[in-house]
Amino acid sequence: MNNAQKYWQANIRLVIGCLIVWFFVSFGCGILFVNQLNAIRLGGYQLGFWFAQQGSIYTFVVLIFFYAWRMNQLDRKFNVEEA
Amino acid sequence: MTNLMMTTYLVVGATFALYLFIALKSRAKNTGEFYVAGKGIHPVLNGMATGADWMSAASFISMAGMLAMGGYDASAYLMGWTGGYCLLAMLLAPYLRKYGKFTVPEFIGDRFYSQSARLVAVICLIVASLTYVIGQMKGIGVAFSRFLEIPFQTGLFIGMGIVFVYAVLGGMKGVTYTQIAQYVVLIFAYTVPAIFISFQLTGNPIPQLGLGSTLSGSDGVFLLDKLDQVVTELGFSAYTAQKGSTLNIFLLTMSLMIGTAGLPHVITRFFTVPKVKDARSSAGWALVFIAILYTTAPGVGAMARMNLMHTIQTGEVGSPEGNLAIEERPQWMRNWEKTGLLGFEDKNGDGKIQYYSDNGLSAAEADLAAARKAGGDVTAAQAKLDAAAAQHAESKFAGFGWKGNEMTKVDNDIMVLANPEIAKLPNWVIALVAAGGIAAALSTAAGLLLAISSAISHDLVKGMIAKSIDDKTELMWGRVAMAGAIIVAGYLGLNPPGFAAQVVALAFGLAASSIFPALMMGIFVKRMNNVGAICGMLAGLGSTLGYIFWFKGFMFIASTAMAPDNAANWWMGISPGSFGAVGALINFIVAFAFSSITKAPPEHIQHLVEDIRVPMGAGAAQSH
Repeated sequence: MNNAQKYWQANIRLVIGCLIVWFFVSFGCGILFVNQLNAIRLGGYQLGFWFAQQGSIYTFVVLIFFYAWRMNQLDRKFNVEEA
Repeated sequence: MTNLMMTTYLVVGATFALYLFIALKSRAKNTGEFYVAGKGIHPVLNGMATGADWMSAASFISMAGMLAMGGYDASAYLMGWTGGYCLLAMLLAPYLRKYGKFTVPEFIGDRFYSQSARLVAVICLIVASLTYVIGQMKGIGVAFSRFLEIPFQTGLFIGMGIVFVYAVLGGMKGVTYTQIAQYVVLIFAYTVPAIFISFQLTGNPIPQLGLGSTLSGSDGVFLLDKLDQVVTELGFSAYTAQKGSTLNIFLLTMSLMIGTAGLPHVITRFFTVPKVKDARSSAGWALVFIAILYTTAPGVGAMARMNLMHTIQTGEVGSPEGNLAIEERPQWMRNWEKTGLLGFEDKNGDGKIQYYSDNGLSAAEADLAAARKAGGDVTAAQAKLDAAAAQHAESKFAGFGWKGNEMTKVDNDIMVLANPEIAKLPNWVIALVAAGGIAAALSTAAGLLLAISSAISHDLVKGMIAKSIDDKTELMWGRVAMAGAIIVAGYLGLNPPGFAAQVVALAFGLAASSIFPALMMGIFVKRMNNVGAICGMLAGLGSTLGYIFWFKGFMFIASTAMAPDNAANWWMGISPGSFGAVGALINFIVAFAFSSITKAPPEHIQHLVEDIRVPMGAGAAQSH
C-alpha cells in the first residue's frame, strides 16, 4: 500500500470514529434513548432533553475541531501538507 | 412619529449605511473574486460569514417559535441544522476546496464526466435556492412593515435595492464582508433580549443556563418543571415530552442534517478559504457562531411560552378570576392583532380569554367553516365537530363554562419579534431585533442569489452555451444573472406562490436526496461512474418530489394531492418533510446498483478522485 492509500485509510478511520460520536449524542441520546435518559436530571434539565436541545450541539462543535486538529496531524505524518 | 419608531429608523438605517460602505470598499474585479472572493478569506471570518449565510429569517424569527409551541419535538431542527456541519466538515468541504473550482455543479459535471449530471445539479440548485430565497424576501417585507410601518412592497423594494448594490458589485467578496457585519448585528439582536429575559425569569443572565435553572422567587422550582406543569394543567402535552413518532423525528433530523450539508450556497462558502486545512477549521468556526444562536433559542422558546401562558392564564385554572380580561390585555397583544399573526375570539362571552387545549374542538370548527366556504359536502366535517364537542363537554374545562380555545391564532413568528415587548424591554432592544431580523434575511438572500447567479453564468453560459467567452464577459454575465435573480426573487416575494410556507421541505428534500449523495460518492467511492450517479440523483430526486407532491399536491396545488397530509396517511408515519433521508438512501442504492453493472470511470477520473483526497497540490503529489 502506498503512502496516499495509508493516509486515506487513516482518514476514513478518523471520520468513522467521529461520526459514531456524532450519531451517539444526537440520534442516540437525543432521540432513541431520550425517554430513558430523561429519568436522569442535569440541574433543571432532563438529561435526554438536554442532549436534544443543548448537549448534541456542543459536542458537534468540539467534534469538528478535534477532527481538524487530528487531520492536520495526519497531513504532517504522511507528508501530504499543502505548500 | 413615536420614540420607538425613531430609534428603529436610526438603528436599521445605521446598519444599512454600514452594508453599503462595505460594498463600495470590496468590489469584485474578476470572476475569481466574484465567485469565491479570490479564495483569500480567513477561516474564522469565513466561519462568521457562513453563520450569517446559513441563519436565515427562519432561524432568527421562526425557530424559537417552533420550539415554544413544539417543545421537545422541535429539537429535530436544532440538531438537524447544526449536525449537518459535521458532515460538511468531514465528508465534503475539504475535498471540494482541494478540487478548487467555483461551483457545486462544476464538480459534479467534472467528476462524473457528464454535462447531463452538471445540468441536473444546476436545476436542483436553482430550484432549491429560489424556493429558499422567497422566504427571505417575505421576511424582509414583514420586518419592515411591522417595525417601520411602511408598506410591505416598499420594504421589499428597499431590501432588494440593498442586496442589489452589494451583491452585483461585490459578488462573493462583497457578500462575504457584508455577511460578517450582518452576523454581528443579528447575534447581538438575538442574544441581548434573551439575556434580559433569562435574567428576569431565573436570575441567571445566560439563557443556556437559565433554561436549566430555578425560577426567581419560586422556592427552587425549576423553570422547565413549572412550564410542564402549567401547560399540562391547560390540557396541552408536556413541554419536554415527545409527541411525534420516534421514526419521524429521527428521519426529520437526518433529512435536515444531510440537506444542510448539501445546500449549495453553504458549500460554496468553503471554496473561499486559502487552504484545505482552512476549510476544515472554518466549518468548526461556522458552527461555533451558529451554535451561539442555536443554543440560545431553546431558552428563548421556553421562556416566551412561559411568559405567554402567564399573560393569559393569570391565576388558578378554572377560577373566574384566573384569566386575562380582554379589556386589560397588554399593548403588545393589540399591536400584533393588527398584523393578523395573533387573534382571539370570546367564545363563551365572559369578557376573558381562555387559552387551553380543547382537544381538536377549535380545529374541527375551523374545518367545518372551511368546508362550508368551499361549498362541498359538509357532513363529514359536521360529524367530526359533533364528536369533538361531545368529548369537550365531558372534560373538566366544560365545567368551568369554557366553550373552546379562545386564542384562535398564535403565529410562531411573533415569539422572537414580540419577545422584547412581552418582557417590557427598552426601545433600543426592540429596534435591534428589527435590524437583526432584516440582517438575517438579507445575508441569506445574498448567499442564495450568488449561488443561483454563478450556476447560471459559470455552469450554463460559460460551461455549456458559450464556452469561448473571456473572463470579463463571464463576469458581466455573472452580474446580469445576479440582477435577474434578484428581480425574480422580488417578484416571487411580492406574489408568493401558495406554497411559500412549505418550500423548506422542498429545498432540504432536494439537497438531501440529490446533491449530498452525489458529492459524497464522488469523493468516497472511486468506482462510482456517470450512469450510477445520474440514475441515483434522478431516483432520489424523483422519489422525494413524488412523496412531497403526493401529500401536498402536484407543484403544491392542493387540489391535486392524492391523500390528506396527516400522520394517518403517511407511509410508515413519515412526514413529507422527513422524506429527504429516505430519498438519499434510494439515491445511494440505485447509484451502486447501476454503477456496478456498467463500466468503471476512465483512468483520468480515478486520478482526479485520488488527487482530491490529499491536501497537497496536484503537481507535488505525483512526485511521490
